[in-house]
Amino acid sequence: MANPTGPESLLPLPPAVFHILMALADEDRHGYAIIQEVRSRTNGDVRLSPGTLYRSIQRMLEDDVIVEISERPAPELDDERRRYYRITPFGRSVARAEANRLHELVRLARASGFHTKKA
Amino acid sequence: MLLYRALLRLYPKSFRAEYGAEMMKDFIREWREASAAAKAALLARITADTLANAVRVHGDITRQDLRYAIRSLRRTPGFTLTAILVAALGIGATTATFSIADHVLLRPLPFPEADRVVRLWEDHSKLGYPRMEPSPPNLLDWQRAATVFERLEPFTGGSASLVGHGEPEQVSGASVGGGVFQILRRPAALGRVLTESDVNAAEGERPIVISDRIWRTRFGASPDVLGQTISLDDRAYVIVGVMPPDFYFPSRNRDFWRTLRLGTTESDSDRGNHYLAVIGRLKDGVSIEDARAEMDVIAAQLAQAYPKAQEGKGVTLAPWREQISGQPRVLLLGLVGASICVLLIACTNLANLLLSRALARRSEFAVRAAIGASVDRLVRQMLTDSFVLAACGGVLGIILAVVAAPLLVRLVPTSLPIAEVPPTDLRMLAGTLLLTVGAGMAFGLLPALRVCRKTDGSALKDGARGGTSRGTERLRSSLVVAEIVASVVLIVTVGLLTQALLNVQRVDPGFKADHVLTVRTTLPRIKYAKAAQREQFYQRVLNDVKALPGVQSAAYISFLPMVMGGGVWPVLSTVPDPGSPQKFVPPDPKNERRASLRFVTPGFFSTMRTPVLRGRDVNADDTTQTTPVAVVSESLVRLYFPDRDPLGEQFAFAYKVRTIVGVVGDIRVRGLEADTSEPQVYLPAGQFTDGDPLFYAPQDLAIRASVPVAALVPAVRAAIAAADPQLPIINVRTLEDIVSLETASRVVQLRVLGAFAAVAFLLAAIGIHGLLAFNVSARSREIGVRIALGAKARNIIGMVIGRSAVLAALGVVIGSALAYAAGRSMQALLFGVDPANPAVFGAAIALALLMTLAGSLFPAWRAVRVDPIAATRAE
Repeated sequence: MANPTGPESLLPLPPAVFHILMALADEDRHGYAIIQEVRSRTNGDVRLSPGTLYRSIQRMLEDDVIVEISERPAPELDDERRRYYRITPFGRSVARAEANRLHELVRLARASGFHTKKA
Repeated sequence: MLLYRALLRLYPKSFRAEYGAEMMKDFIREWREASAAAKAALLARITADTLANAVRVHGDITRQDLRYAIRSLRRTPGFTLTAILVAALGIGATTATFSIADHVLLRPLPFPEADRVVRLWEDHSKLGYPRMEPSPPNLLDWQRAATVFERLEPFTGGSASLVGHGEPEQVSGASVGGGVFQILRRPAALGRVLTESDVNAAEGERPIVISDRIWRTRFGASPDVLGQTISLDDRAYVIVGVMPPDFYFPSRNRDFWRTLRLGTTESDSDRGNHYLAVIGRLKDGVSIEDARAEMDVIAAQLAQAYPKAQEGKGVTLAPWREQISGQPRVLLLGLVGASICVLLIACTNLANLLLSRALARRSEFAVRAAIGASVDRLVRQMLTDSFVLAACGGVLGIILAVVAAPLLVRLVPTSLPIAEVPPTDLRMLAGTLLLTVGAGMAFGLLPALRVCRKTDGSALKDGARGGTSRGTERLRSSLVVAEIVASVVLIVTVGLLTQALLNVQRVDPGFKADHVLTVRTTLPRIKYAKAAQREQFYQRVLNDVKALPGVQSAAYISFLPMVMGGGVWPVLSTVPDPGSPQKFVPPDPKNERRASLRFVTPGFFSTMRTPVLRGRDVNADDTTQTTPVAVVSESLVRLYFPDRDPLGEQFAFAYKVRTIVGVVGDIRVRGLEADTSEPQVYLPAGQFTDGDPLFYAPQDLAIRASVPVAALVPAVRAAIAAADPQLPIINVRTLEDIVSLETASRVVQLRVLGAFAAVAFLLAAIGIHGLLAFNVSARSREIGVRIALGAKARNIIGMVIGRSAVLAALGVVIGSALAYAAGRSMQALLFGVDPANPAVFGAAIALALLMTLAGSLFPAWRAVRVDPIAATRAE
């Protein structure tokens, strides 16, 4: 069910969507876990609100960048009966495409003399 | 917790069902972990988050639905186009008629606080004239005694020939009292308006305000126009102001406003000299009822002070807008009702179309439901479909309405101070938007609910069986019945009004209108003040015109019938009464005798083909040197000289004793529909003396010819120009045109109604056809089985047509009852036609049955052609 129009058709990604994809990169997570993961990855700078999270999830499901999975982690790890989401291969290529796009943008910014902290 | 649960309700139901529980859990967890201080912040954050995201989620779904709707509508272009057209017809018809009705009946007149402006008349109800123009002495008394008005002012309409700054031209305008512009509260676009102090300006310095049109056409929109002089009927005026283009007073197409000075002539002291129009502005806080109460008291006081003139006479006071008579109002309301019928039919038709489409898509919906779409999402999707259709129909409908508006302008009464074409503005667009949304809801909701109530999986089975539920059947049948009802109502209405129009056209006006050309020339008052000057002009023109090839006869009259209905004077006894303004004693003070006054040149009756029944026409020997004579109408003899030989009888009329020398047939002076035309008195133009009111000097020329009259126009113009090159010629038209103008608004209304009825008829036929066709295809297996079991074609056809006959019968019964009610409410328009006219009802019922039959034929044919083997094999 890969999106027929290719990953570029979804770019640029809304920041919330990109953060969610990054949070799901290494592990399937449920909604609240995604919020916590994003918060810890960004040192508390990005706090996804539930409305933004689930609206994004709904659209991401429609765009086939994530799926809801039926198998759950070991019951002892699953404190409640939660819905878990997993990034799809298409979702990974979308995330990669977005990362490339941002990289390209940063390169252009540097070439224009807008130096980032490292430079 | 409760608060968050309530907040979650803002999300669409489907979203809530999917994520509500998770969101609740997340919230509870965060709530537990938060410190007491953080809890307040959390609440604020979560509220803002929900509000913002709920709107976005709704937007997401709508966008998705729209995409889906457009895609699926594109797949069925035939259905989509039909639906859009049907919606456009309904919305367009309603928008067009509503905008005209709004323009004429509802919208405030284009003057500040127009609701406080009223019109006043003398109430002579006892003589049949509840709205008689007030006379100057009465108005002056009203002004002195009344306390409820900021101002009370007179005005009169009028026209004059404008000479200088271009070709001579006849223009209409008004003479207004000094305070009229203060009542209207509209400033000039350039310069100033007229004020109280202008009334007494000296001759040669009299101020005038001109229209935007004159300013542009004659002065090239130059700002230097102020202070320039123009000449109206040989009298000089100084331009002091230019009014904006949307200033209409007292009605459309007025080009000048000059001051009206009362009390300058002897007749201005005559309480019987009714010629003023009176307008007033109520003081703040004074209601119409207060004003009426005070005017009643004043009228009673005047009746006491002047019993001879004012006995039994009151005051009529009405809001300005209500000066239009009942007929245009009923005409318009009739159209609004008809357009609602069309809209109703369009909506039911669309509901039916969408319903059959929805039924055909049941399996698709069942699949969507099976993979998790909730019922409310499906309802939403179907509503989105119908809104897309309604929106397209609405846009097309507005275009239709704007294009059709000029066709309807005949229905805008000329007597109102408003533009001819209603403006296409936000108000109209907002109305159409409302209509579109309403229509979309109306024809989308029913089918959506009907289909989706079943979308619990049983639809899948239903779809497989291909049948329809009893409830859906009944709903569709009632929609079709509603369509038949509405079309019967429309057809009956059109039939009744057609009958009425024929009746009006059949009325004998009292003359033969064919082959008569009429020309009006306004003789300037100063140049033609003396009777001898006018007589010379008439002789010259008439001699030249009569000499033209093909001309049989020609004559002048003060005013042609129907062009002007008034000019009514009391018919008095021959006993002098030097004290009274009319100079003679009325024969019966309780019953005022009245007749219309016209001066004619010899040959007027033969030109009009109005029969001379007794005695003779006026002739060249009737001059100021001979006894004043009169030719009177038959009704005058019948009313005032019954059982006597009228020839030689005398009566006093227009200041003199006149002797009857001839009796002619009655003419419908006030128009075909008005049965209030007064008896007529014709005086010889040759006996018009210098003391007679110039208003009545003959200015309408009628020419009867054996050749097509249009061909005569250039020669007639040349003849008039030869007599006086400075004279503008206005209103060249045939007598037939004048008569047909009498029925013009009826004809327009009927044309529009006829179009509505045709559309309704067509839509209803489509509706019946759609219902039966669907019905036949849904029951094809049953029909196949019946045929296999030996049913004859006759039985099958009977089955299909029988069904439609039941619907038609129901529609006709209900429709006839409603049509009768509609007819009774329009009685003012029916001109004596019985609202239960059997011929009209018979024709309407026959048409409705025919339409039903036509709609059922194809489905019946299809039913007969059902192949029993193929139909049963599908099982």
